[in-house]
This record gives sequence, C-alpha cells and structure tokens, in this order.
Amino acid sequence: MAVTGLIMIAFLLMHMYGNLKLFLGPEAFDHYAHWLKGATEDGGILYPVLPAGWFIWIFRFVLVLSVILHIWSAASLVLATRARQGDKYVTRKTKAQTYSARTMRWGGVIIAVFLVFHLIQFTIIPGSFGGNADEPHTMVVAGFEQWWMVALYAVAMVLVVMHVRHGFWSAFTTLGGNTSSRAASVLNGLAWIVAVVLYVGFMIMPLAVLFGVI
Amino acid sequence: MKLKLRIWRQAGPEAAGRMVEYDLDGVSEDMSFLEMLDLLNENLTNRNEEPVAFDHDCREGICGMCGVVINGVAHGAPEGVRTTTCQLHMRSFADGATIDIEPWRAGAFPVLKDLAVDRGAFDRIIQAGGFISSNTGSAPDAHSTPAPKREADLAFDNATCIGCGACVAACPNSSAMLFTAAKITHLAMLPQGQPERYARVKSMVAAHDEEGFGNCTNIGECAAVCPKGIPLESISQLNRDLIGSLFKADGK
Repeated sequence: MAVTGLIMIAFLLMHMYGNLKLFLGPEAFDHYAHWLKGATEDGGILYPVLPAGWFIWIFRFVLVLSVILHIWSAASLVLATRARQGDKYVTRKTKAQTYSARTMRWGGVIIAVFLVFHLIQFTIIPGSFGGNADEPHTMVVAGFEQWWMVALYAVAMVLVVMHVRHGFWSAFTTLGGNTSSRAASVLNGLAWIVAVVLYVGFMIMPLAVLFGVI
Repeated sequence: MKLKLRIWRQAGPEAAGRMVEYDLDGVSEDMSFLEMLDLLNENLTNRNEEPVAFDHDCREGICGMCGVVINGVAHGAPEGVRTTTCQLHMRSFADGATIDIEPWRAGAFPVLKDLAVDRGAFDRIIQAGGFISSNTGSAPDAHSTPAPKREADLAFDNATCIGCGACVAACPNSSAMLFTAAKITHLAMLPQGQPERYARVKSMVAAHDEEGFGNCTNIGECAAVCPKGIPLESISQLNRDLIGSLFKADGK
C-alpha cells in the first residue's frame, strides 16, 4: 500500500505539472497531451526508446495496477482489522489521531468514485461534458466553465490531499523512514507541503478557467 | 472527594457486560486510582455485592499488570503526563466528577471479568522470539562485548516497555505493533541480539498477526498513551528490520 501510494503521489505531481501547461496557452497544452500519447510529429515521449504510442499504455497499466493493488491491500487489511477489533468503548478520547488519518478508509472510497467520474469525463468517453478529444484543452475549458464542476473538483481535491497528507507520512513510516522524532516532524512537514502544493497546483487552473483568465 | 463512577461490569468471559453507576464518597485526593477502586470494593463487599475485578500488582508503575481505560484514555493520564493507572492519583480529578472506567478492548484481549482482560497474547509474542539464545554459565565480563552508546540508549529506552497493553487498548485498529516494535528494537540494537535478529522479527510479527491483533496505520494513539514513552519510531525500526529480513535466508 505504501509503495503504490507513493507511485500515485508521484503521478499526481506530474499530472499537476501537465495541467499547468494550459497557462502557456491551448497549443502547449494540446501538444503536451498528444506528446504523452505519442501522437506528435517527433514520436512523443521516450521515442525512440519505445515505439510511438507505447509509453501511454505502459504508464496506464502501471497506474491501474497501482490503484488495484492499493485498494486490494487496503481492503484486505481493513477486513482483517475489523475482524480483530474489540467491542467499542462507551467513552473514547483520541490523543493523536488526525482528521485525515480518521478518514483514510471512507475518504479513499469516495476518491475512487471521483476517479471513475474524472476518467469518464476526460479519457473513457472524452468530451462527455463538452469539448472534443482532438483538442484536449476544449474539454478542460468546457468542463471548468461550469461553476458546479469547479466546486465538485474543489471538494474532491480536499479529500485527495487529505488522503495524501496522512498517506505520505504513513507510507514513509511503513517503509522505515521514521527514524527519530525529528524525522517524524520532517516527514509530516513534507506531507503538508506536498498536500498544499497539490491543492494549489490543481485548483489554480480550473479557477482561472472559471473566471475567464484562460 | 465525592465521585460518580460508571464501571464496566461483566460477570465472565461469555457474559454480556454493561456500565453500572456507583456513587463513592470519602475519596482522598492522595489516593491512587487503584486505592480508590479498593475503597469502592470495600464498600461493595460490606453491602454484600460483588467487588469489581481489576488487575494490579506492584502499584509502583513498573510491573505492567494494571491498566484500565479511564474517560476514554488508556491509563487515564492527563495531558502531558505519562503514567500507569496505579500511579495516577485522584488529585487529577475534580470533586464531583463522573469517571467512566472500562477494560482494555481488543479482539486479542478477551475480557475475563469486569475490568480484567487476558493478555496472554503478549506472552505468546515474546515466546515467538523476544529473547536471545545463549548457553548459560558464568556471566561474561561486562566489557567483553562493547555496545555503542547510541544503540545502547535506544535499546534501553525500548526495554522499558512493561507490556501493560495500553498501546493495544488505544489503537483504533487494536494493533500491538508498538509492543512488538519495542521488543524488536530492544534486542536489535544490542550485539547479543544480532544472531537471531531477522528470524526474530519474522516470527514475532507472524505471532502478532496470529494472535489476532490488527494492522498498524501509523496514527500514533499508542505512543500517546504509553506510560513508558516508547516512541512511534520503534515501529519504523521494526518495519526496517522486517523489510531487511525479506533479503535474508534467516527464518525462511
């Protein structure tokens, strides 16, 4: 769960970088999207190490595998834990648990539902909320011109970055990185930085579209 | 002091339990929490009622026998204090306060009666590897095996674990990772623990899961209630050793 989680955090940072290409203009954004798919004249990313168009499928395979393994390990651990928990306390006071840590499980399920919606909108049925797949920026603009779409993404991204906040810390702790109380504060600090960078980086573009800056 | 106690009463392992209210007068603020329970039991005995069963032994915070959940916190220590139930004093409570007292709750710690639980699972985790194997004989000279200062300190800090079970009681997943990690770190830091280091971590973690403890999600409730201040870092040490053991033939 730690390894697949970190793969997905790395992906989110890359995804965010790609989104910000829209600030360089629609052509730059579309070129980047086609380049990832190997549909540009230079053969796209990693060409000629990989034949044009292979990278995107390998990348998708790794990501889907990460998502599946992540959910599978989470689900099997949750089920095992549920079976082993004692009866509930009548009175219970938490001393250390954060809101992000408490919402990892249900938050994760909601994020998975959001992910399905997000993939339908931009990948599986491209243009299902306006725009066309040949010019990817038109899908983005058509989607985020709707205030409710921006609101939906704003809420979903809060869930995502909360999941990332506890997940980043927890993944490194699971992998043995929490070596001292100082390491704990460094890891937690980094987790906060990654979460804030992701939120700002992902939301600034839809907001710019909504307010007509782009 | 006058107190209203709400205590978990359960006649036996299979019986259904419930919270029962008791009013208790004449509590001195110098009493320890267990002495307050003694006073209650004396009153109950005089009234010909069944006294409340609770675990206790040394009453000086070093044996790990006592432990109840007080107002939702394992051992009930106030903010910023680390203590076992026996070293918690009634001056930590206000006169007229209502105090909820419950047993440790975890699948691997079945309630025996009232506030007493069976912590035999901890003994079986220790039996799985919480020791070093050495031939007995006359004790070697103290300086014959040098131990580095930093590692020796870490080993000692982790060796202070008294196995009270507060970590399990506080854990939302009923995991005993902190207990197991303390034992692993204690032995992994010392030269004497090296020969069995990687076989130990495998068998102790396997025993931990076998006993029906939950999985660690790095929340930190355990370290927050530990009367001995075992840090969450110990769990990372356990994980490092466990990952390391994947690349060793020991214990396979």
